Amino acid sequence: MKILVCCGSGLGSSFMMEMNIKKALAEMGVEGEVSHCDLSSAAGNKSDIYVGTRDIAMELTGLGGVVVSLSNMIDKEEMKEKLAAAIREVQAKA
Amino acid sequence: MLKFIMDILSVPAVLIGIVSFIGLVAQKKSTSDTIKGTIKTVMGVLVLSGGAGLAVGAITHFGTMFQQGFGITGVVPHNEAIVGMALKEYGTQTAYIMAFGMVANVLIARFTPLKFIFLTGHHTLYMACMIGIILTVGGLTGIEMIAVGAVVLGFIMALFPAIAHPVMKKITGSDDVAFGHFGTVGYVFAAWIGKIAGNKAQTTEDIHFPQGLTFLRDSSIAISLVMLVLFLIVAVACGPLYVETELSGGQHFLVFAFLQAITFAAGVYIILAGVRLILAEIVPAFTGIATSLVPNAKPAIDCPVVYPYAPNAVLIGFLSSFVGGILGMGILLALDTPVNPIPIILPSVVPHFFCGATAGVFANATGGLRGCVLGAMAHGLLITFLPLLLMPVMGDLGFANTTFSDADFCVVGTILGNVIGALQ
Repeated sequence: MKILVCCGSGLGSSFMMEMNIKKALAEMGVEGEVSHCDLSSAAGNKSDIYVGTRDIAMELTGLGGVVVSLSNMIDKEEMKEKLAAAIREVQAKA
Repeated sequence: MLKFIMDILSVPAVLIGIVSFIGLVAQKKSTSDTIKGTIKTVMGVLVLSGGAGLAVGAITHFGTMFQQGFGITGVVPHNEAIVGMALKEYGTQTAYIMAFGMVANVLIARFTPLKFIFLTGHHTLYMACMIGIILTVGGLTGIEMIAVGAVVLGFIMALFPAIAHPVMKKITGSDDVAFGHFGTVGYVFAAWIGKIAGNKAQTTEDIHFPQGLTFLRDSSIAISLVMLVLFLIVAVACGPLYVETELSGGQHFLVFAFLQAITFAAGVYIILAGVRLILAEIVPAFTGIATSLVPNAKPAIDCPVVYPYAPNAVLIGFLSSFVGGILGMGILLALDTPVNPIPIILPSVVPHFFCGATAGVFANATGGLRGCVLGAMAHGLLITFLPLLLMPVMGDLGFANTTFSDADFCVVGTILGNVIGALQ
């Protein structure tokens, strides 16, 4: 399972989300590779799940993966819930 | 042997690698993770300097063409470009100040009421670099320079989130998360303008604002487009003869302008990739260590943390700030005289888009739609004028065609540079 977290320049906020997602995956017991990058690089970085805040999530559609749009990047409950749903969707496809 | 140790302790790439190594060991990572992480960090510094060469080359061409076309100095403020340029000479200072500055931040959060841990690693890096430049230009060296730099960095890492926090609580509706991005003075200024000139009754989020501009949030695209406009203007101002004989080696002047604009964006893209590699191990280590040592501190997070709270304010904010930048440039052009020449600060896309957007969200929280427009525009004017105060205290780098862009860099640098100047 490959998860890519994106933000405008791929430095700060996507990195924070990546660290939280890694924790959430460990809690859920899911094996996954999580990384972060800027919007330009997202298309060249094939992933199963793309994560972004809701103000940029539309830029991630059409890349071929399940898009997780977060309305609050620091809300760990929201992140976990949406991530779990996306993981189920990816697993159903496989 | 001594030479070997001195070389290790004075090469930025190695030094930053050691910081990352210590962080990995402190977290008790496996041997393979430690080796991998350390090598990636060293590589990050080298990638960054590769990108800096590209970006600096393009921006220097721009400066030459601006000078030739208009007879004045043009400056495009851009953190990545100036840091890339400065790390060659000030890399050692940067590495030491960054490492000890993070320690100072933890100590300040632990023992003073400023309970904030600054987690925006790239801004910690850029600020460490800026402080290293200012202190070195001011005549400080060695341990004195590192100690002063680290204390200043650690202090502002805790102070600026505290300054932003009252408005931050309004934006997020909670007290749990703090704001960590070195444009704070600009955002608080925008929020203040929003408060006095705005009207909270109508927020930006009540209106329907076209989201078609969201693609500009992709910073590489935004940089390319705006630099393209700027390069085409200076190319036309210079005329084909000058460009083709002096700069492009015969390439058509418009083709040259087009390629240089995107070369600048490409350079920044590589610099960002380098920064990402540098921070990949340092930020998680710092986050883990700091939050375990100071569990009641609030994490201060990069500016996009506020964007989802008001996506319309993000777009309106960056457009308004950009308009402010154009107005500010017009004012500088009007003030510039042959007797008293001043550098012209051009509207640079990254600060206006990222900081302008943030200013918009802050000003919307205090003054609604009208506050957002006016506050972000005031922010755009502010970050156009502030670099003029910073550049004189930056030594040779003050004459570069780029400089630090976000408000806090200019404010801290100007104060620090002038205080040191006054003390000596």
